[in-house]
Amino acid sequence: MLTPILFWEEDMTLKTMLLSAVAALTLSGIAHAETLTIATVNNGDMIRMQKLTDDFTAKNPDIKLEWVTLEENVLRQKVTTDIATKGGQFDIMTIGTYEVPIWAKQGWLLPLDNLGADYDVDDLLPAIRSGISMDGKLYAAPFYGESSMIMYRKDLFEKAGITMPDAPTWDFVADAAKKVTDKSNEVYGICLRGKAGWGENMAFLTATSNSFGARWFDEKWNPQFDQPEWKNTLDFYVKLMNEAGPPGASSNGFNENLALFQSGKCGMWIDATVAASFVTNPKESKVADKVGFALAPDTGLGKRGNWLWAWNLAIPAGTQKAEAAEKFVAWATSKAYTELVASKEGWANVPPGTRTSLYNNPEYQKAAPFAKMTLDSINSADPTKPTVKPVPYVGVQFVAIPEFQGIGTAVGQQFSAALAGQISVDQALKAAQDLTTREMTKAGYIK
Amino acid sequence: MATLHTRSHARLMMAPSVLLLLGWMIVPLAMTIYFSFLRYNLLMPGMEEYAGLMNYRFFLTDPAFFTALANTLILTGGVLLITVIGGILMALLLDQPMFGQGIVRILVIAPFFVMPTVSALVWKNMFMNPVNGLFAALAKSVGLAPLDWLAEVPLLSIILIVAWQWLPFATLILLTALQSLDEEQKEAAEMDGAGFFSRFIYIVLPHMARAITVVILIQTIFLLSVFAEILVTTNGGPGIQTTNITYLVYAQALLQFDIGGASAGGIVAVVLANIVAFFLMRMIGKNLEA
Amino acid sequence: MARKVSTARKLTFTAIAWVIALLIFFPILWTILTSFKTEAEAVASPPSFVFFDWTLENYAEVQARSDYFKHFSNSVVISLGSTLFGLLIAIPAAWAMAFSPTKKTKDVLMWMLSTKMMPPVGALIPVYLIFRDTGFLDSRSGLVFVLMLINLPIIVWMLYTYFREIPGEILEAARMDGASLAKEITHILAPMAVPGIASTVLLNIILAWNEAFWTLNLTASKAAPLTTFIASYSSPEGLFYAKLSAASTMAIAPVLILGWFSQKQLVRGLTFGAVK
Repeated sequence: MLTPILFWEEDMTLKTMLLSAVAALTLSGIAHAETLTIATVNNGDMIRMQKLTDDFTAKNPDIKLEWVTLEENVLRQKVTTDIATKGGQFDIMTIGTYEVPIWAKQGWLLPLDNLGADYDVDDLLPAIRSGISMDGKLYAAPFYGESSMIMYRKDLFEKAGITMPDAPTWDFVADAAKKVTDKSNEVYGICLRGKAGWGENMAFLTATSNSFGARWFDEKWNPQFDQPEWKNTLDFYVKLMNEAGPPGASSNGFNENLALFQSGKCGMWIDATVAASFVTNPKESKVADKVGFALAPDTGLGKRGNWLWAWNLAIPAGTQKAEAAEKFVAWATSKAYTELVASKEGWANVPPGTRTSLYNNPEYQKAAPFAKMTLDSINSADPTKPTVKPVPYVGVQFVAIPEFQGIGTAVGQQFSAALAGQISVDQALKAAQDLTTREMTKAGYIK
Repeated sequence: MATLHTRSHARLMMAPSVLLLLGWMIVPLAMTIYFSFLRYNLLMPGMEEYAGLMNYRFFLTDPAFFTALANTLILTGGVLLITVIGGILMALLLDQPMFGQGIVRILVIAPFFVMPTVSALVWKNMFMNPVNGLFAALAKSVGLAPLDWLAEVPLLSIILIVAWQWLPFATLILLTALQSLDEEQKEAAEMDGAGFFSRFIYIVLPHMARAITVVILIQTIFLLSVFAEILVTTNGGPGIQTTNITYLVYAQALLQFDIGGASAGGIVAVVLANIVAFFLMRMIGKNLEA
Repeated sequence: MARKVSTARKLTFTAIAWVIALLIFFPILWTILTSFKTEAEAVASPPSFVFFDWTLENYAEVQARSDYFKHFSNSVVISLGSTLFGLLIAIPAAWAMAFSPTKKTKDVLMWMLSTKMMPPVGALIPVYLIFRDTGFLDSRSGLVFVLMLINLPIIVWMLYTYFREIPGEILEAARMDGASLAKEITHILAPMAVPGIASTVLLNIILAWNEAFWTLNLTASKAAPLTTFIASYSSPEGLFYAKLSAASTMAIAPVLILGWFSQKQLVRGLTFGAVK
């Protein structure tokens, strides 16, 4: 009965001591090892990194690693709350390309100046690097980068007598989707994201809208959902999914679609390029040897519907352990780490999309049939000029302003409802226009 | 019985609880009220400025607000309805003579011990998922098209999940009440030739009234702030069909990081909760008076 | 007393009750079964119930990825700690309310309960800031304190309804006999109050164990309980049903077992004064 109370008191005294004499405590501490608390997302590549940390701790015996691995949304909430309130709970955070410029501007991130001589910053892919730099300084190190592309089933296309070009149009994709669909055998022509969220369906739809000539805001920050380009985008998407999509598409995100594609239920899937290594892995995928790749579609307006994203490791400005943290960041995003993964798990499983050298590596090209298409997709995305018409923001599939998470998710809810058939496309666009106008007015963008 | 002496004693004994709860209520509440008058986005520190009633105006005129209010009431009411009626039926059933009553009771109360996040995850993925879920497999095996629960009947799905978690609680309390009913009373009624239904309506139900009130009160407290189940399954969607007030405030606070707006929403929610509490109090006052 | 029951009737009720009980329990059973399947089998169509290759690989993988025992012991400390701490504060209050009730007692009680109706998200940022400034972020003591506050109204109320059933005359009589307050408590009241306290403790351990908002938002790693453990399996890439099931089973098993073993005690006091 007493133990928990004792625990509690012990904890209390510890806190008091910490508050009064941080330095003394550190010096008299039992172990001299420094512990880094790393917040990361539960994606496959990060879990692999967690498993490989022995390599790092062997090289740095005085550094201990504490992992906090969380599902993406929970992670984002926690790290954002923590950094904005300077809670100081984490020494390294895994954040996306959306957060880096916003946080760097606030001075919340440590510029990464000491990544080491052999880090080779210039090897980073320019598109990825530009998204996480400010005034020429790197504020985060890319762990893996991605664009989006088409993954399709070569066997099903052959059976239907169609050939996928390297750079198809949306009309071709819609047509092919219908031909491949065989609902009685649970084969659906196309799987696309439908689950609401700024990083889920809105990532896909915003990128797609770029290829239809649409944009989120005009130069004066007026929302553009009342424009015909958005109506075309959403009409096309809802119609295509109703005709050739899987049931329950409005709750499918990346993971759900991955599972569908791996179990052979999708003819095409347009999603993150990192998925390529999962769908071609025979251990996980039933269709590993039947997957082909193509660039995300366009409508001939000069922009393709592919996005640009990277998961990056960043160090909060307040940390006491900057040096150790930077050592870890350098290790996890280095060329040596790539080789470590290659030696343990094979070249196809190395974190992609961050370094030019990887794409020049013949071994990688051989092991990863999707390498060229991934690189082309990443290179064809331009976060600083994402749309056909001019816009006041950066970001391909997002708008890099703090308000976007909330607005993007709320709009995503409307579009998800339109996909589920709960409301019409027009109603969804009207609601999106109204709520975005409201929020932008409230935030002071629209005067 | 309560002398002046014991009364001051009583005050002293109550003091820690009252003061702690008062502190727990007032400190965050005061900060929340303060924040609710600011334009305050967590992601833009240093830009806070007095905003008057702007946050309240935006929260209350949000088209999602009334939907959320309605959803909160439907969710609370729906779960109460299912658990109270289901609980009465389960209690009547479990009160009957049977083999293995102990095990049956253990199985029935189990859902109450399951973490809400876990039960939501399990229901969402392993049962309601239209492709890999068990419901879909069942539907397919009898030749029906699988229902996409969380997209087509989202609010009902959430009501079912939450009701599953709370049915054991209602069953337990109602069963205890039922078992305290005098056996002789029941037998006497039976002798008089009262049928099952008249016995139920004139003897059993009035006897359970108190217990039913308690079930409603306790569950309402928890149901008004159902959150994890919505976050895990639908994220308030599709559209805003499963957004309740708690989720709406959450979206402001942790998606938008609009602390001003979330604070205003929090205050509105507190006011609404107090209105509900007021009605509950009157109801309880009538029924629970010793 | 007991009525004679025909065997046929008893069998009928047995059958009905078992079917319903198994249906209610099925989601939990299914989760446990799935945790022993491989990922591929977990989504196999049609699903297999018992005839699959039982494997422990999911448990091994979950344990390798996240330290179950750390989260488990945090959950134990937090739920036990907050319950006992709450008990310490609530017993005197409930006592006073039960034995020296005033006109305001009921109002105070209702007010306490109404504090539970506030949506916690509204208060997250203020509480987070307070925790940051007092150094309580990611500490078990901080969580013990918050969960104690959250469950305090329930504890007070349960104890109050239970204490109220203890006849006041016994106290009076003891007092007449010149018993001291200490004696009054240890000899007369404690034995009568134990069942009520026991079920209060059990219910609150369950509530604290399952609390998933504050525990998730106020911890990072050191004090993280099982609710955060689950959050790292809720939707990873690729197939995850089996791993999710294993993690879920690990998270709910302790409380499920506790609940089952202490079922009788829990039920006895769980009436909230509903039974007269």
